[in-house]
Amino acid sequence: MTVPHPHEKSSIEAPISDFDPYADETLSNPYPQYEALRELGPVVYLRRYGAYAIARHEEIDAVLRDHTTFCSSAGVGLANFHTEEPWRKPSLILEADPPMHGRTRKVVAGLLAPASINKLRPTFEQEAELLVDRILEKGSFDAVPDLCAAYPLKVFGDAVGVPPEGREHLLPYGDMVFNGFGPFNERFKTRLAAAQKSIAWIGEVCKRENLTPDGFGAQLYKASDDGELAPDEAPMLVRTLLSAGLDTTAFTLCNAILSFARHPDQWALVHANPSIARQALEEVLRYESTFHSFYRTTTREVELGGVLLPMEQKLCVFIGSANRDPRRWESPDTFDVARRTAGNLAFGTGIHGCAGQMLARLEGEIVLKALAKRVKTIHLEGTPVHHYNNSVRGYDSLPVSVTAA
Amino acid sequence: MPQITYVQPSGVRRSIPVAPGATVMLTAVANDIAGIVAECGGAAMCATCHVYVDEKCLSLLPPVSEVENEMLDSAASGRRENSRLACQIAMPAGVEEIVVHIPATQN
Repeated sequence: MTVPHPHEKSSIEAPISDFDPYADETLSNPYPQYEALRELGPVVYLRRYGAYAIARHEEIDAVLRDHTTFCSSAGVGLANFHTEEPWRKPSLILEADPPMHGRTRKVVAGLLAPASINKLRPTFEQEAELLVDRILEKGSFDAVPDLCAAYPLKVFGDAVGVPPEGREHLLPYGDMVFNGFGPFNERFKTRLAAAQKSIAWIGEVCKRENLTPDGFGAQLYKASDDGELAPDEAPMLVRTLLSAGLDTTAFTLCNAILSFARHPDQWALVHANPSIARQALEEVLRYESTFHSFYRTTTREVELGGVLLPMEQKLCVFIGSANRDPRRWESPDTFDVARRTAGNLAFGTGIHGCAGQMLARLEGEIVLKALAKRVKTIHLEGTPVHHYNNSVRGYDSLPVSVTAA
Repeated sequence: MPQITYVQPSGVRRSIPVAPGATVMLTAVANDIAGIVAECGGAAMCATCHVYVDEKCLSLLPPVSEVENEMLDSAASGRRENSRLACQIAMPAGVEEIVVHIPATQN
Protein backbone atom coordinates (compact mmCIF):
# COMPACT_ATOMS: atom_id res chain seq x y z
CA MET A 1 0.00 0.00 0.00
CA THR A 2 2.76 2.39 -0.93
CA VAL A 3 1.23 5.70 -1.92
CA PRO A 4 3.17 8.87 -2.61
CA HIS A 5 2.27 11.70 -0.27
CA PRO A 6 2.32 15.40 -1.07
CA HIS A 7 5.54 16.26 0.85
CA GLU A 8 7.59 13.52 -0.73
CA LYS A 9 10.40 14.78 -2.93
CA SER A 10 12.09 11.45 -3.44
CA SER A 11 11.30 8.77 -5.98
CA ILE A 12 11.46 6.29 -3.09
CA GLU A 13 8.35 6.85 -1.05
CA ALA A 14 7.64 6.12 2.58
CA PRO A 15 4.56 3.93 2.98
CA ILE A 16 1.71 5.90 4.53
CA SER A 17 0.16 4.61 7.72
CA ASP A 18 -3.02 5.50 9.61
CA PHE A 19 -1.43 4.27 12.83
CA ASP A 20 -2.27 6.37 15.88
CA PRO A 21 0.39 5.81 18.56
CA TYR A 22 -1.60 7.88 21.07
CA ALA A 23 -5.03 6.22 20.89
CA ASP A 24 -6.10 4.49 24.13
CA GLU A 25 -6.41 1.13 22.35
CA THR A 26 -2.85 1.46 21.01
CA LEU A 27 -1.41 2.41 24.38
CA SER A 28 -3.13 -0.55 26.04
CA ASN A 29 -1.25 -2.98 23.80
CA PRO A 30 0.95 -1.35 21.15
CA TYR A 31 2.91 -4.46 20.14
CA PRO A 32 0.72 -5.83 17.30
CA GLN A 33 0.64 -2.38 15.74
CA TYR A 34 4.40 -1.98 16.15
CA GLU A 35 4.81 -5.23 14.27
CA ALA A 36 2.63 -3.94 11.43
CA LEU A 37 4.62 -0.71 11.37
CA ARG A 38 7.96 -2.57 11.20
CA GLU A 39 6.63 -4.77 8.39
CA LEU A 40 5.44 -1.77 6.40
CA GLY A 41 9.00 -0.57 5.86
CA PRO A 42 12.10 0.89 7.50
CA VAL A 43 10.55 4.39 7.42
CA VAL A 44 6.82 5.13 7.31
CA TYR A 45 4.76 8.30 7.21
CA LEU A 46 2.14 8.81 9.93
CA ARG A 47 -0.65 10.53 8.04
CA ARG A 48 -2.59 11.58 11.13
CA TYR A 49 0.38 13.48 12.57
CA GLY A 50 2.27 14.59 9.45
CA ALA A 51 5.44 12.97 10.74
CA TYR A 52 7.77 10.21 9.64
CA ALA A 53 8.31 7.25 11.94
CA ILE A 54 10.81 4.45 12.46
CA ALA A 55 10.09 1.26 14.39
CA ARG A 56 12.97 -1.10 13.56
CA HIS A 57 16.03 -1.48 15.79
CA GLU A 58 18.62 -0.79 13.07
CA GLU A 59 17.27 2.60 11.94
CA ILE A 60 16.47 3.69 15.48
CA ASP A 61 19.96 2.88 16.73
CA ALA A 62 21.49 4.76 13.77
CA VAL A 63 19.23 7.82 14.18
CA LEU A 64 19.86 8.12 17.93
CA ARG A 65 23.63 8.00 17.36
CA ASP A 66 23.48 10.71 14.67
CA HIS A 67 22.49 13.78 16.69
CA THR A 68 23.87 16.10 14.00
CA THR A 69 21.37 15.00 11.36
CA PHE A 70 18.54 14.12 13.75
CA CYS A 71 18.54 16.92 16.29
CA SER A 72 16.76 17.43 19.62
CA SER A 73 16.72 21.23 19.80
CA ALA A 74 13.50 21.37 17.74
CA GLY A 75 11.79 19.54 20.62
CA VAL A 76 11.34 15.86 21.47
CA GLY A 77 7.55 16.06 21.04
CA LEU A 78 5.62 16.40 17.79
CA ALA A 79 5.80 20.21 17.67
CA ASN A 80 8.77 21.68 15.80
CA PHE A 81 10.29 24.39 18.02
CA HIS A 82 12.08 25.81 14.98
CA THR A 83 8.71 26.79 13.51
CA GLU A 84 6.27 26.70 16.46
CA GLU A 85 6.23 28.34 19.90
CA PRO A 86 7.38 25.80 22.55
CA TRP A 87 4.82 24.97 25.27
CA ARG A 88 7.50 25.63 27.86
CA LYS A 89 11.13 26.74 27.86
CA PRO A 90 13.01 23.87 26.15
CA SER A 91 15.00 21.58 28.44
CA LEU A 92 18.68 22.60 28.79
CA ILE A 93 19.84 19.06 28.24
CA LEU A 94 17.09 17.02 26.58
CA GLU A 95 16.19 19.62 23.99
CA ALA A 96 19.63 21.07 23.35
CA ASP A 97 22.20 20.27 20.67
CA PRO A 98 26.00 20.42 20.93
CA PRO A 99 27.89 22.47 21.95
CA MET A 100 25.35 23.79 24.50
CA HIS A 101 24.27 20.26 25.35
CA GLY A 102 27.76 19.04 26.28
CA ARG A 103 28.27 21.56 29.06
CA THR A 104 25.10 20.72 31.00
CA ARG A 105 25.32 17.05 30.15
CA LYS A 106 28.80 16.87 31.67
CA VAL A 107 27.58 18.22 35.00
CA VAL A 108 24.52 15.96 35.16
CA ALA A 109 26.43 12.89 33.93
CA GLY A 110 29.08 13.41 36.60
CA LEU A 111 26.40 13.65 39.27
CA LEU A 112 24.72 10.42 38.11
CA ALA A 113 27.81 8.38 37.14
CA PRO A 114 28.12 4.94 38.75
CA ALA A 115 31.05 6.05 40.95
CA SER A 116 28.91 8.86 42.43
CA ILE A 117 25.67 6.96 42.89
CA ASN A 118 27.16 3.75 44.31
CA LYS A 119 27.46 5.62 47.60
CA LEU A 120 23.67 5.52 47.75
CA ARG A 121 23.50 1.73 47.59
CA PRO A 122 23.46 0.98 51.36
CA THR A 123 20.63 3.48 51.99
CA PHE A 124 18.68 2.26 48.97
CA GLU A 125 19.05 -1.35 50.15
CA GLN A 126 17.88 -0.50 53.63
CA GLU A 127 14.77 1.24 52.25
CA ALA A 128 14.03 -1.73 49.98
CA GLU A 129 14.12 -4.09 52.96
CA LEU A 130 11.67 -1.88 54.86
CA LEU A 131 9.40 -1.85 51.83
CA VAL A 132 9.46 -5.64 51.53
CA ASP A 133 8.69 -5.89 55.28
CA ARG A 134 5.58 -3.78 54.72
CA ILE A 135 4.25 -5.62 51.68
CA LEU A 136 4.83 -9.04 53.23
CA GLU A 137 2.89 -7.89 56.27
CA LYS A 138 0.02 -6.82 54.02
CA GLY A 139 0.06 -9.90 51.83
CA SER A 140 -2.46 -8.36 49.39
CA PHE A 141 -1.98 -4.80 48.22
CA ASP A 142 -1.97 -2.40 45.29
CA ALA A 143 1.56 -2.56 43.95
CA VAL A 144 1.40 0.90 42.34
CA PRO A 145 1.08 3.12 45.43
CA ASP A 146 2.44 0.61 47.96
CA LEU A 147 5.56 -0.47 46.11
CA CYS A 148 6.30 0.94 42.66
CA ALA A 149 5.63 4.61 43.45
CA ALA A 150 6.49 4.43 47.16
CA TYR A 151 10.08 3.36 46.59
CA PRO A 152 11.30 6.09 44.20
CA LEU A 153 9.24 8.73 46.05
CA LYS A 154 11.28 7.90 49.13
CA VAL A 155 14.77 7.14 47.82
CA PHE A 156 14.87 9.38 44.75
CA GLY A 157 13.20 12.24 46.62
CA ASP A 158 15.82 11.90 49.37
CA ALA A 159 18.67 11.61 46.86
CA VAL A 160 17.67 14.84 45.10
CA GLY A 161 17.03 16.44 48.49
CA VAL A 162 13.43 17.68 48.24
CA PRO A 163 11.22 18.01 51.35
CA PRO A 164 9.23 14.89 52.33
CA GLU A 165 5.93 16.80 52.40
CA GLY A 166 4.23 17.19 49.04
CA ARG A 167 6.25 14.64 47.10
CA GLU A 168 3.02 13.24 45.65
CA HIS A 169 3.21 16.27 43.31
CA LEU A 170 6.15 14.64 41.54
CA LEU A 171 3.92 12.02 39.87
CA PRO A 172 1.46 14.34 38.05
CA TYR A 173 4.38 16.60 37.20
CA GLY A 174 6.34 13.82 35.51
CA ASP A 175 3.14 12.58 33.87
CA MET A 176 2.57 15.99 32.34
CA VAL A 177 6.18 16.26 31.11
CA PHE A 178 6.09 12.82 29.47
CA ASN A 179 2.81 13.57 27.72
CA GLY A 180 4.78 16.38 26.11
CA PHE A 181 6.89 13.86 24.19
CA GLY A 182 3.92 13.36 21.86
CA PRO A 183 1.40 15.70 20.19
CA PHE A 184 -0.33 18.57 21.97
CA ASN A 185 -3.48 16.42 22.19
CA GLU A 186 -6.43 16.42 24.60
CA ARG A 187 -4.60 14.08 26.96
CA PHE A 188 -1.62 16.44 27.22
CA LYS A 189 -3.84 19.53 27.60
CA THR A 190 -5.84 17.89 30.40
CA ARG A 191 -2.73 16.77 32.30
CA LEU A 192 -1.07 20.14 31.82
CA ALA A 193 -4.12 21.84 33.33
CA ALA A 194 -4.28 19.31 36.16
CA ALA A 195 -0.58 19.74 37.00
CA GLN A 196 -0.68 23.46 37.78
CA LYS A 197 -0.44 22.99 41.58
CA SER A 198 2.34 20.47 41.09
CA ILE A 199 4.22 22.87 38.81
CA ALA A 200 4.05 25.50 41.56
CA TRP A 201 5.29 23.00 44.19
CA ILE A 202 8.18 21.90 41.96
CA GLY A 203 9.13 25.55 41.38
CA GLU A 204 9.40 26.05 45.14
CA VAL A 205 11.38 22.90 45.99
CA CYS A 206 13.90 23.58 43.22
CA LYS A 207 15.05 26.68 45.12
CA ARG A 208 18.35 26.28 46.90
CA GLU A 209 17.00 27.05 50.36
CA ASN A 210 14.44 24.26 50.11
CA LEU A 211 16.93 21.53 49.21
CA THR A 212 18.95 19.38 51.63
CA PRO A 213 22.63 20.38 51.76
CA ASP A 214 24.06 17.17 50.28
CA GLY A 215 21.62 15.96 47.61
CA PHE A 216 21.82 16.10 43.82
CA GLY A 217 19.94 19.40 43.92
CA ALA A 218 22.52 21.06 46.18
CA GLN A 219 25.30 19.63 44.02
CA LEU A 220 23.82 21.32 40.94
CA TYR A 221 23.86 24.65 42.78
CA LYS A 222 27.46 23.93 43.78
CA ALA A 223 28.29 23.38 40.09
CA SER A 224 26.81 26.77 39.35
CA ASP A 225 28.90 28.33 42.18
CA ASP A 226 31.94 26.77 40.53
CA GLY A 227 31.05 28.34 37.19
CA GLU A 228 30.16 25.05 35.48
CA LEU A 229 26.54 26.21 35.08
CA ALA A 230 24.94 29.64 34.79
CA PRO A 231 23.08 30.69 37.97
CA ASP A 232 19.62 30.29 36.44
CA GLU A 233 20.47 26.84 35.11
CA ALA A 234 20.80 25.08 38.48
CA PRO A 235 17.07 25.26 39.40
CA MET A 236 16.12 24.28 35.84
CA LEU A 237 18.29 21.18 36.04
CA VAL A 238 16.90 20.26 39.47
CA ARG A 239 13.49 20.43 37.77
CA THR A 240 14.78 18.21 34.97
CA LEU A 241 15.97 15.59 37.46
CA LEU A 242 12.65 15.64 39.28
CA SER A 243 10.60 15.31 36.11
CA ALA A 244 12.75 12.59 34.56
CA GLY A 245 13.46 10.34 37.50
CA LEU A 246 10.22 9.61 39.29
CA ASP A 247 7.38 8.38 37.05
CA THR A 248 9.83 6.48 34.88
CA THR A 249 11.24 4.47 37.76
CA ALA A 250 7.78 3.90 39.26
CA PHE A 251 6.51 2.65 35.88
CA THR A 252 9.57 0.44 35.37
CA LEU A 253 8.78 -1.22 38.70
CA CYS A 254 5.10 -1.57 37.63
CA ASN A 255 6.17 -3.26 34.41
CA ALA A 256 8.48 -5.56 36.37
CA ILE A 257 5.80 -6.60 38.87
CA LEU A 258 3.24 -7.24 36.13
CA SER A 259 5.70 -9.12 33.92
CA PHE A 260 6.69 -11.40 36.79
CA ALA A 261 3.08 -11.89 37.94
CA ARG A 262 2.25 -13.01 34.40
CA HIS A 263 5.37 -15.18 34.05
CA PRO A 264 5.73 -17.08 37.34
CA ASP A 265 8.39 -19.37 35.81
CA GLN A 266 10.61 -16.30 35.26
CA TRP A 267 10.03 -15.09 38.83
CA ALA A 268 10.99 -18.57 40.05
CA LEU A 269 14.35 -18.14 38.29
CA VAL A 270 15.00 -14.78 39.96
CA HIS A 271 13.79 -16.06 43.33
CA ALA A 272 16.14 -19.04 43.04
CA ASN A 273 19.05 -16.79 42.14
CA PRO A 274 18.60 -13.18 43.33
CA SER A 275 22.01 -12.25 41.93
CA ILE A 276 20.43 -12.15 38.44
CA ALA A 277 18.10 -9.31 39.53
CA ARG A 278 19.98 -6.66 37.57
CA GLN A 279 19.94 -8.73 34.41
CA ALA A 280 16.25 -9.53 34.96
CA LEU A 281 15.45 -5.83 35.27
CA GLU A 282 17.16 -5.26 31.94
CA GLU A 283 14.90 -7.86 30.32
CA VAL A 284 11.86 -6.10 31.83
CA LEU A 285 13.10 -2.88 30.20
CA ARG A 286 13.45 -4.63 26.85
CA TYR A 287 10.19 -6.58 27.02
CA GLU A 288 8.00 -3.85 28.52
CA SER A 289 9.94 -0.67 27.87
CA THR A 290 8.98 2.23 30.10
CA PHE A 291 9.60 4.82 27.43
CA HIS A 292 7.98 4.09 24.08
CA SER A 293 8.43 6.98 21.71
CA PHE A 294 9.68 10.52 21.16
CA TYR A 295 10.79 12.67 18.23
CA ARG A 296 13.88 13.87 16.45
CA THR A 297 13.97 16.54 13.71
CA THR A 298 15.99 16.39 10.49
CA THR A 299 18.56 19.17 10.14
CA ARG A 300 19.07 18.49 6.41
CA GLU A 301 17.73 16.37 3.60
CA VAL A 302 18.81 12.84 4.44
CA GLU A 303 18.29 9.32 3.16
CA LEU A 304 17.14 6.86 5.79
CA GLY A 305 16.24 3.25 5.04
CA GLY A 306 16.06 4.13 1.34
CA VAL A 307 13.64 7.02 1.90
CA LEU A 308 14.69 10.60 1.27
CA LEU A 309 13.56 12.75 4.20
CA PRO A 310 13.35 16.51 3.63
CA MET A 311 14.92 18.98 6.08
CA GLU A 312 12.95 20.05 9.20
CA GLN A 313 10.83 16.91 9.32
CA LYS A 314 9.70 15.41 12.60
CA LEU A 315 10.62 11.74 12.94
CA CYS A 316 8.91 9.60 15.57
CA VAL A 317 11.27 7.06 17.14
CA PHE A 318 9.58 3.97 18.61
CA ILE A 319 12.16 2.54 21.01
CA GLY A 320 9.47 0.30 22.55
CA SER A 321 9.22 -1.34 19.12
CA ALA A 322 13.00 -1.58 18.54
CA ASN A 323 13.15 -3.71 21.67
CA ARG A 324 10.64 -6.16 20.10
CA ASP A 325 12.12 -6.20 16.58
CA PRO A 326 12.67 -9.81 15.45
CA ARG A 327 15.44 -8.55 13.15
CA ARG A 328 17.43 -7.86 16.31
CA TRP A 329 16.02 -10.23 18.96
CA GLU A 330 15.34 -13.94 18.92
CA SER A 331 11.71 -14.61 20.00
CA PRO A 332 11.27 -10.94 20.90
CA ASP A 333 7.82 -11.45 22.42
CA THR A 334 9.16 -13.97 24.92
CA PHE A 335 9.98 -12.66 28.40
CA ASP A 336 13.26 -14.40 29.19
CA VAL A 337 15.39 -13.19 32.10
CA ALA A 338 18.31 -15.32 30.92
CA ARG A 339 18.52 -13.43 27.62
CA ARG A 340 21.50 -11.23 26.71
CA THR A 341 19.85 -7.83 26.56
CA ALA A 342 22.82 -5.63 25.62
CA GLY A 343 21.79 -3.31 22.81
CA ASN A 344 18.24 -2.76 24.05
CA LEU A 345 17.22 0.86 23.54
CA ALA A 346 15.02 1.33 26.61
CA PHE A 347 17.10 4.31 27.75
CA GLY A 348 17.82 5.50 24.20
CA THR A 349 21.44 5.80 23.12
CA GLY A 350 23.92 8.36 21.83
CA ILE A 351 24.51 11.74 23.48
CA HIS A 352 20.88 11.99 24.61
CA GLY A 353 20.81 8.52 26.18
CA CYS A 354 19.08 8.76 29.58
CA ALA A 355 21.52 10.47 31.96
CA GLY A 356 19.86 8.82 34.96
CA GLN A 357 19.90 5.30 33.59
CA MET A 358 22.44 3.98 36.09
CA LEU A 359 20.43 5.40 38.98
CA ALA A 360 17.26 3.80 37.55
CA ARG A 361 19.10 0.48 37.26
CA LEU A 362 20.39 0.80 40.81
CA GLU A 363 16.89 1.37 42.19
CA GLY A 364 15.32 -1.37 40.08
CA GLU A 365 18.01 -3.92 40.83
CA ILE A 366 17.85 -3.28 44.57
CA VAL A 367 14.05 -3.59 44.71
CA LEU A 368 13.99 -6.75 42.58
CA LYS A 369 16.80 -8.32 44.59
CA ALA A 370 15.12 -7.55 47.92
CA LEU A 371 11.87 -9.06 46.58
CA ALA A 372 13.68 -12.06 45.08
CA LYS A 373 15.22 -12.99 48.42
CA ARG A 374 11.99 -12.89 50.40
CA VAL A 375 9.01 -13.22 48.04
CA LYS A 376 8.27 -16.66 46.65
CA THR A 377 5.29 -15.85 44.44
CA ILE A 378 3.57 -12.78 43.01
CA HIS A 379 -0.10 -13.24 42.01
CA LEU A 380 -2.28 -10.82 40.10
CA GLU A 381 -5.49 -10.40 42.14
CA GLY A 382 -7.47 -8.18 39.77
CA THR A 383 -7.35 -6.39 36.43
CA PRO A 384 -4.43 -3.97 36.13
CA VAL A 385 -5.52 -0.38 35.46
CA HIS A 386 -3.44 1.05 32.64
CA HIS A 387 -2.01 4.54 32.93
CA TYR A 388 -2.47 6.35 29.62
CA ASN A 389 0.41 8.62 28.69
CA ASN A 390 1.69 9.79 25.29
CA SER A 391 5.18 8.37 25.76
CA VAL A 392 5.57 6.25 28.89
CA ARG A 393 3.99 2.92 29.77
CA GLY A 394 2.79 2.11 33.26
CA TYR A 395 -0.18 1.47 35.54
CA ASP A 396 -2.46 3.29 37.95
CA SER A 397 -3.35 0.16 39.87
CA LEU A 398 -1.93 -3.37 40.13
CA PRO A 399 -3.78 -5.47 42.69
CA VAL A 400 -1.45 -8.30 43.71
CA SER A 401 -0.75 -10.73 46.51
CA VAL A 402 2.62 -12.11 47.54
CA THR A 403 3.72 -15.14 49.52
CA ALA A 404 6.80 -15.12 51.73
CA ALA A 405 9.72 -17.42 50.94
CA MET B 1 41.67 -9.99 8.13
CA PRO B 2 42.18 -7.70 11.16
CA GLN B 3 41.04 -9.15 14.47
CA ILE B 4 40.13 -8.27 18.03
CA THR B 5 41.41 -10.68 20.66
CA TYR B 6 39.59 -10.90 23.98
CA VAL B 7 41.46 -12.35 26.95
CA GLN B 8 39.31 -13.54 29.86
CA PRO B 9 40.56 -13.21 33.47
CA SER B 10 41.10 -17.00 33.31
CA GLY B 11 43.53 -16.51 30.43
CA VAL B 12 41.19 -17.97 27.79
CA ARG B 13 41.65 -16.08 24.51
CA ARG B 14 39.24 -15.66 21.62
CA SER B 15 39.92 -13.78 18.39
CA ILE B 16 37.16 -12.33 16.23
CA PRO B 17 37.87 -11.16 12.66
CA VAL B 18 36.52 -7.65 12.09
CA ALA B 19 36.37 -4.91 9.50
CA PRO B 20 38.00 -1.54 10.26
CA GLY B 21 35.61 0.67 12.25
CA ALA B 22 34.09 -2.20 14.28
CA THR B 23 33.91 -1.34 17.96
CA VAL B 24 35.43 -3.60 20.58
CA MET B 25 32.14 -3.51 22.55
CA LEU B 26 29.67 -4.25 19.72
CA THR B 27 31.92 -7.03 18.39
CA ALA B 28 31.99 -8.62 21.85
CA VAL B 29 28.20 -8.42 22.25
CA ALA B 30 27.56 -9.79 18.75
CA ASN B 31 29.91 -12.71 19.41
CA ASP B 32 28.75 -13.48 22.93
CA ILE B 33 32.06 -12.65 24.63
CA ALA B 34 31.56 -12.93 28.40
CA GLY B 35 32.48 -10.03 30.68
CA ILE B 36 31.55 -7.14 28.36
CA VAL B 37 28.21 -6.14 29.92
CA ALA B 38 27.65 -2.85 28.08
CA GLU B 39 24.50 -1.88 29.96
CA CYS B 40 24.17 1.53 28.34
CA GLY B 41 24.63 0.12 24.84
CA GLY B 42 27.59 2.28 23.89
CA ALA B 43 26.74 5.75 25.16
CA ALA B 44 29.77 5.98 27.53
CA MET B 45 27.46 6.14 30.51
CA CYS B 46 27.87 2.92 32.46
CA ALA B 47 31.54 1.83 32.46
CA THR B 48 30.45 -1.83 32.19
CA CYS B 49 32.44 -2.47 29.01
CA HIS B 50 35.71 -1.57 30.73
CA VAL B 51 38.78 -3.37 29.32
CA TYR B 52 42.55 -3.29 29.84
CA VAL B 53 44.19 -2.78 26.47
CA ASP B 54 47.30 -4.86 25.89
CA GLU B 55 50.31 -2.55 26.31
CA LYS B 56 51.62 -3.18 22.81
CA CYS B 57 48.32 -2.06 21.24
CA LEU B 58 47.79 1.08 23.31
CA SER B 59 49.58 3.45 20.93
CA LEU B 60 47.48 2.17 17.99
CA LEU B 61 44.28 3.60 19.46
CA PRO B 62 42.92 7.15 19.35
CA PRO B 63 43.28 9.02 22.67
CA VAL B 64 40.76 8.86 25.52
CA SER B 65 38.08 11.56 25.19
CA GLU B 66 37.01 13.75 28.10
CA VAL B 67 33.72 11.85 28.50
CA GLU B 68 35.46 8.46 28.47
CA ASN B 69 38.11 9.73 30.88
CA GLU B 70 35.49 10.73 33.44
CA MET B 71 33.48 7.54 33.03
CA LEU B 72 36.56 5.34 33.52
CA ASP B 73 36.62 6.53 37.14
CA SER B 74 33.36 4.60 37.56
CA ALA B 75 34.81 1.26 36.44
CA ALA B 76 34.09 -1.48 38.98
CA SER B 77 37.51 -3.11 38.56
CA GLY B 78 40.28 -0.64 39.29
CA ARG B 79 41.30 1.83 36.63
CA ARG B 80 44.82 1.45 35.25
CA GLU B 81 46.97 3.31 32.72
CA ASN B 82 45.69 0.98 29.98
CA SER B 83 41.99 1.18 30.92
CA ARG B 84 39.54 1.97 28.11
CA LEU B 85 35.82 1.66 27.48
CA ALA B 86 35.31 -0.96 24.77
CA CYS B 87 32.40 1.04 23.32
CA GLN B 88 34.74 3.94 22.58
CA ILE B 89 37.37 1.90 20.71
CA ALA B 90 36.85 1.36 17.00
CA MET B 91 39.25 -0.86 15.04
CA PRO B 92 41.61 1.63 13.34
CA ALA B 93 42.32 1.18 9.63
CA GLY B 94 45.62 -0.55 8.93
CA VAL B 95 45.85 -2.25 12.35
CA GLU B 96 46.09 -6.05 12.30
CA GLU B 97 45.16 -6.88 15.87
CA ILE B 98 43.91 -5.30 19.09
CA VAL B 99 44.24 -7.36 22.26
CA VAL B 100 42.05 -6.48 25.25
CA HIS B 101 41.98 -8.04 28.71
CA ILE B 102 38.58 -8.36 30.35
CA PRO B 103 38.48 -7.36 34.04
CA ALA B 104 37.26 -9.63 36.83
CA THR B 105 34.02 -7.69 37.37
CA GLN B 106 31.96 -4.96 35.67
CA ASN B 107 29.31 -4.23 38.32
